[in-house]
Amino acid sequence: MDSHAIALNHAEEPHHDHPAHLRHHFVSLEQQNETVSFGMWLFLLTEVMFFGGMFTAYLIYRNWYYPAFVAGSHTLSIVLGTVNTGVLITSSFTMAMGVWCAETKRQKGLIVSLVLTLILGFAFLGIKAVEYQEKFELHHVPGAHFDAMSFVHPKAEAGQPAEPGLPLDMARKTEVYFSLYFAMTGMHALHMIIGMALLSFMIVKAARGGYSHGNIAFVENFGLYWHFVDIVWIFLFPLLYLISRHQ
Amino acid sequence: MSTILSLPDQSTARIPKRNYLTNENGILSWLLTGDHKRIAILYLISITFFFFIGGALAGLIRLELLTPQSDLMATDTYNKVFSMHGIIMVFLFLVPSVPATLGNFLIPIMVGAKDLAFPKINLLSWYLYLAGGGLTLWAMITGGVDTGWTFTTPLSTHYVNTNVVTTGLAIFIAGFSSIFTGLNFIVTIHRMRAPGMTWFKMPLFVWSHYAASILMVLGTPVLAITLVLVVLERTIGIGIFDPAKGGDPILFQHLFWFYSHPAVYIMILPGMGVISEVISTFARKRVFGYSAVAFSSVAIAVFGFFVWEHHMFIMGVSNYSTLVFSLLTMLVAVPSAIKIFNWAFTLYKGSITFETPMLYAFGFMGLFTIGGLTGVFLGSSGTDIHLTETYFIVAHFHFVMVGGMLMAFLSGIHFWWPKMTGRMYPEKVSQLAAVITFIGFNFTFFPQFLLGMLGMPRRYAAYPPEFQVLNVFSTAGASILGVGYLLPMIYLVWSLKYGKIAGDNPWQATGLEWQIQSPPLTQNFIEIPVVTQDAYDYEWLERQKEHEVTQLG
Amino acid sequence: MSHPVSDHEEAHGPHIVSPKIYLLVFLALLIGTTLTVVASYLELGPWNPIIALGIAVAKATLVVLFFMHIKYSSKLMKLTVVSGIFTFLALVGMSMSDYISRAWGSF
Repeated sequence: MDSHAIALNHAEEPHHDHPAHLRHHFVSLEQQNETVSFGMWLFLLTEVMFFGGMFTAYLIYRNWYYPAFVAGSHTLSIVLGTVNTGVLITSSFTMAMGVWCAETKRQKGLIVSLVLTLILGFAFLGIKAVEYQEKFELHHVPGAHFDAMSFVHPKAEAGQPAEPGLPLDMARKTEVYFSLYFAMTGMHALHMIIGMALLSFMIVKAARGGYSHGNIAFVENFGLYWHFVDIVWIFLFPLLYLISRHQ
Repeated sequence: MSTILSLPDQSTARIPKRNYLTNENGILSWLLTGDHKRIAILYLISITFFFFIGGALAGLIRLELLTPQSDLMATDTYNKVFSMHGIIMVFLFLVPSVPATLGNFLIPIMVGAKDLAFPKINLLSWYLYLAGGGLTLWAMITGGVDTGWTFTTPLSTHYVNTNVVTTGLAIFIAGFSSIFTGLNFIVTIHRMRAPGMTWFKMPLFVWSHYAASILMVLGTPVLAITLVLVVLERTIGIGIFDPAKGGDPILFQHLFWFYSHPAVYIMILPGMGVISEVISTFARKRVFGYSAVAFSSVAIAVFGFFVWEHHMFIMGVSNYSTLVFSLLTMLVAVPSAIKIFNWAFTLYKGSITFETPMLYAFGFMGLFTIGGLTGVFLGSSGTDIHLTETYFIVAHFHFVMVGGMLMAFLSGIHFWWPKMTGRMYPEKVSQLAAVITFIGFNFTFFPQFLLGMLGMPRRYAAYPPEFQVLNVFSTAGASILGVGYLLPMIYLVWSLKYGKIAGDNPWQATGLEWQIQSPPLTQNFIEIPVVTQDAYDYEWLERQKEHEVTQLG
Repeated sequence: MSHPVSDHEEAHGPHIVSPKIYLLVFLALLIGTTLTVVASYLELGPWNPIIALGIAVAKATLVVLFFMHIKYSSKLMKLTVVSGIFTFLALVGMSMSDYISRAWGSF
């Protein structure tokens, strides 16, 4: 691994030639940057395990209650889901471009990229809100007001024949599907909201010329976070929206 | 009893004027500090506070169990008392005990760095700990929680009306404190080592903290999401663990123990690191089989993720899966045994002295071995079915956690007390405390093995009268144990003002932390050291001393 | 690529990925999204979930390698990613060992 020495022995005065953003306990900027990004990756590992618990639950219940999962999945809008996936992937791309602009000291490009990322984030959450709204109206939100009857006697949608109904006990299991749907997409949305707060902070800082002196570790590590949130959605989309669409 | 205390620098030693304690003054300089040593002290004070509360609750439990009837308190109060005892001791004492205090203080120094990689996150972790601890206390004061420390569903989600949500959130927050500590350690150990400090020159204390940190970083988030799901189930009624809605309560157990079994290793591994240092120092020999001990820490961490189901053998899990997990559980015994054997071989032909840290370390070796071996009984699915949910299990994990981890914690606190404060603890009274602790511990918990074998179930306030004799033994032992814990609290505080001045290296130990002044400077080293010696190289230490003498002379 | 004595121009630590690669990855991700939607409408039996997950894994790999620069990072970073995946699979796999075998022998 990295068994060779990391820190270099500074013979000279430690404050000599000392960039403002080099913290006192690091020897060089390179050491500091690598350390920070390693820390960020470890944090992302904790996030993997955090979502991992829910993915495990999903896998088990999907095998147990497959018909309920299919029926639940079919109530989600494939159009909105696909558009949202596109929106999030695009935001990941703009974020990657933002990091590139920061690395190559393109101040304007950085601000534009970050603003675009923020706008796409809002678009994603807006679409998500529309979807959540519909679930509230249909009483598909787990809890006291959950109603599984629409899965026993499905109504025909515009232009499409009604799907075959489920037996009552299986229909009730759609509550498990929606529990997972709301827990997973909710946690994902929470991560988006935190990310967007950080994005706003960075936009303000970038507008004041904050990242023009080479200290772009924050932008780079935020990029890692934002891409991670994207990856979570890359898995959520097929698992929640695309269960046996052909049926 | 021979001692290595009478060293030349002891009588002339002065506490250096400039050190991390005197560097800045005022309460804000502590509350906003980035210095890992100060944060370690903050942690030490706060975990001692929670240990005191947890210990008081333990006293209440033992008092209630003095008689077969539930007479001291109502049964539901008893449920709350043992739940809070478990929650406070596990999440607020054992998990952070050695890593957050000794680990925080020592790891940067041991690897030759000025600080941990992320000082602010380190401070944040202390505040998160306080927030989690405060919230737990709030939950306790406003009605308590009676699910046991395991938050078992559906009891916790449906059948109790106590503060499950508050406590769950409290542990969620405390969990992040632990994650940040672990993250900081891993990054520091990988990225902040001094020149020449290769992996196999690091003290075993660092290795075992590295292994424990892996578990903290990868295990704790699973507990976090599990608690979030429990809280969501209680508040808005999602149905992931709710059997009425089609959820599976056993899934909760899987997710909970995915963290909480590795958590056992989070608790014990740092303690093993302490023991490696102490044994080597007081036997004045390099730890036998250094790399085997180092790798066994990592092996424990990796195996730790593959054994959790042995907590669930009677819960209706698949028999085939039980078989697999039972087998894997046996495998964890191997690295643990490697450590015990290597410590024993380190002692062989060593020049052993019996200072307090060594006494505690001997206590650790004996009690941890008993605790570990009884774990084999519980890991074999056959005997587990008979013994689980009895006092056998209570005795088993108290042998490992209290007899193991707490002994290691006290050993480490005594061992590094001169380094942390610059002053010695009083040797004679502390040896007495160590012996009292050992006797009290065995009196308290050994009868519980017998009670468990006889079939006394855990978690009940009342029990059949034939179990009373052993329970009286246990309660009597607990009062001795209580004295054993109160003594260090008193004399360690006393020694802050009246203890003898320690000097830089009172134990003649080889670690980097002993080559600098005590208490250390805020930046630890005047000049970042270049490491050429192996860990535990006593000949190198001798040469250093000769070198110093010739230079001064 | 941990720290070679700066072999390219300035003392710029990390490798800078060109926007062209970002654009290609972005297009690949969009194509992957389209493919996964199309595939879900085809009747492929047991292959449906496998293909859906396969495409998701491929997309995630692209993001990790290029957007998150792992392809250009040190071995330590690669090992970090792998250890995360390993632990996640341990959680899923070992939990499933219970669920898949519960009904065995009871028929």
